[in-house]
Amino acid sequence: MKKIDISKQKFESPRERDLLRHLISTSWKYKLWIVLLLIINSIGMYAYYRQVRFGLVVTAMRDYTSWGIYISNFVFFVAISLVGSLFSSILKLNKNEWSRPLIRISEIIAVSAIICAAVIIIVDMGRPDRFFNVIKYLRIQSPIIWDVIIISTYLVISILLLYISILPDIALCRDRLTEIPNWKKKLYRIAAINWSNHPEQIQKLKKVSKILAISVLPVAFAIHTVTSWLFATTWRPGWDSTNLGPYFVSGAFMAGAAVIIFAMYIVRKELKLKSYVTDMHFEKMGRLLVLLSLVYLYFNINEYLGPAFKMVGVEGEHISELFVGNYAAMYWFVQLGGLVIPIFLLMFRPFRKPLPLFIISLFVIMGAWFKRFLIVIPSLQHPYLPIQGVDESYLHYYPTWEEWAITTSSFTSLLLMITILIKLFPLIPVQKDVIDPETDD
Amino acid sequence: MENENSKPASRRQFLKNISSGSALAVSGLALYSLSSCKKSSEEKTTLLSQDGKLVQVPNSEIEEMEHKHQGVPPMESRKGIPGKKFVMVVDLAKCKNARKCVIACDKHHNLTPDRPYIKVLQMQDNEKSSPYWMPKKCFQCDNPPCVKVCPVGATYKRSDGIVLVDNERCVGCRFCMAACPYSARVFNWAKPPNEDKELAYSPETSLPSKIGTVAKCDFCPDMLRNGKLPHCVPACPNGVIYFGNELDDSVTNGEETVRLSTILRDKAGYRYMEDLGTKPRVYYLPPVDRLFPFENETQENSES
Repeated sequence: MKKIDISKQKFESPRERDLLRHLISTSWKYKLWIVLLLIINSIGMYAYYRQVRFGLVVTAMRDYTSWGIYISNFVFFVAISLVGSLFSSILKLNKNEWSRPLIRISEIIAVSAIICAAVIIIVDMGRPDRFFNVIKYLRIQSPIIWDVIIISTYLVISILLLYISILPDIALCRDRLTEIPNWKKKLYRIAAINWSNHPEQIQKLKKVSKILAISVLPVAFAIHTVTSWLFATTWRPGWDSTNLGPYFVSGAFMAGAAVIIFAMYIVRKELKLKSYVTDMHFEKMGRLLVLLSLVYLYFNINEYLGPAFKMVGVEGEHISELFVGNYAAMYWFVQLGGLVIPIFLLMFRPFRKPLPLFIISLFVIMGAWFKRFLIVIPSLQHPYLPIQGVDESYLHYYPTWEEWAITTSSFTSLLLMITILIKLFPLIPVQKDVIDPETDD
Repeated sequence: MENENSKPASRRQFLKNISSGSALAVSGLALYSLSSCKKSSEEKTTLLSQDGKLVQVPNSEIEEMEHKHQGVPPMESRKGIPGKKFVMVVDLAKCKNARKCVIACDKHHNLTPDRPYIKVLQMQDNEKSSPYWMPKKCFQCDNPPCVKVCPVGATYKRSDGIVLVDNERCVGCRFCMAACPYSARVFNWAKPPNEDKELAYSPETSLPSKIGTVAKCDFCPDMLRNGKLPHCVPACPNGVIYFGNELDDSVTNGEETVRLSTILRDKAGYRYMEDLGTKPRVYYLPPVDRLFPFENETQENSES
């Protein structure tokens, strides 16, 4: 392997240098980060090995709490994957120029999150060895099958959206980057599929990009609505609600926006992109987060007010459990710390500065994760018939170390995928005028 | 080829040694067929125990484990028994939580006490009414939520009304458990005891149980195929559970046979949570004119 001298790399503009720099130089910090992620992942792998060997008994799930943090984590990952459509579709079609540098990071997060979500579902299965039964004996009546179909559709569209947005820049990497290892040269050559910024190619790309931007929108709404139907098609308290679809979708957009804020803060610091991801972006994202959080707040009130007013049977028990019972601390942390207080703070301009916004988005993300916990677990603990005559362990749910390890490694896998994709491809469009929505016909 | 039903039945018969309640379960293949065992109670039979040892057991202490040698292969088990619509009636006025049904069910389905198919629940409809015991099995709903949500058709409704689970197809997603409003389903979280038996699997017995799959009360279709009652029915000392064929309009608790339509009409039979629209095949007779006063988990209750 020949020695690579980064200083020999020539760039044609400062923009190119700033945006391509991280593709050729690898810092020790990056390597350490990857090693850390891999270590956590291998602990998760060991926990999963134990689960495969001994069965789901290594988890804290039992006959009543039959779904646990795997499922709530799955819902969380599906939720944050919606952010891809927010940027590639909603903001783009509305001609929000400022959001353009954020399209790729949002698509990278979307693709990585949806892959993680799919893997988590397999982890949750009692018989992962029979995964192909889902295809072999597929029954279209089952909401799980709807979810499988819509998730795979969304995955394909998201990958295409990501690829199409990067394609001209992959060609640029192929043409420009000389001081990179051969496998990377080969990767760029193959992935660029003979792209040459030819007007005809650009025309086609614009067309495809627009079709995808429009078609991803209903799929994105469907993906989380169908996920909510996994719950809404049952009789469980808190799930048996017609509000669940929009409630999930609005929560997903809020969580997704917070994840983008979180990502852009880290990325602009680590890749030194301060002049590309500016305070203006944080200001706009802060406003967007307030808007999305207000919509979510509305659906939250709608979700809880009716049952809390009536307090009927198990629905009432469920509400008391959340408001004043065992889950009260978590519930109020989620509702206040992850929703109401962020909305209040973000109304003031100083809190929309990068650092405060970053911290607030962290709370929103944590709130969003625990919110899914509260959606999945307490509902299962209030069946119509009383829980009697079972082992004490069946009455509570405290996830085991295996569950936490696997869940943590789902996060590190997400971060690993994001890190690698960012390391391989330019994060912000280098040739910003190639596909410009303003020049569309 | 675990689901091939090719071996002669007598070779696969399971014997169980119930020695003065200590229940030394002798599993594995019987070395003699039952007919030869029962000739003299003085003779002893050599059996292979669970931990692989050969043990000598007096023939008098060997009894056939009927549940474990019947049941048809998975594909055949999807069709019901022709001309039948099974139905159960539980008379709440007679139940005193003797738990014999639970014990019989656990024994024949190889269940551990922490996750029985049958639960006897202490119910109280309101503060002023008296509490009562409610034995609860799978309701074998005619509009079963569990069947609707299964992504692979591992749980299915048969023409005879029974809802079964094919543990060889189940992927363990547990959606059916979330969907069942009556919490009727249990899951094989760990490797079930005696899982590795050489028994041919049948959804009609759900034996041998399979790790990572769901299970539930199944009205014992292997027994029904032989014209016998489900294990819980004759096990009940108080004749609480009536079972029969809706098409014949008759149900029996093993001692008394009554007209289904008459008993439901005269005793105001109802189905639990009728308003959910699941159309259960298990009816309850209200706990009026009780045979026993309600006693909460007393020594007497749990032993008698």
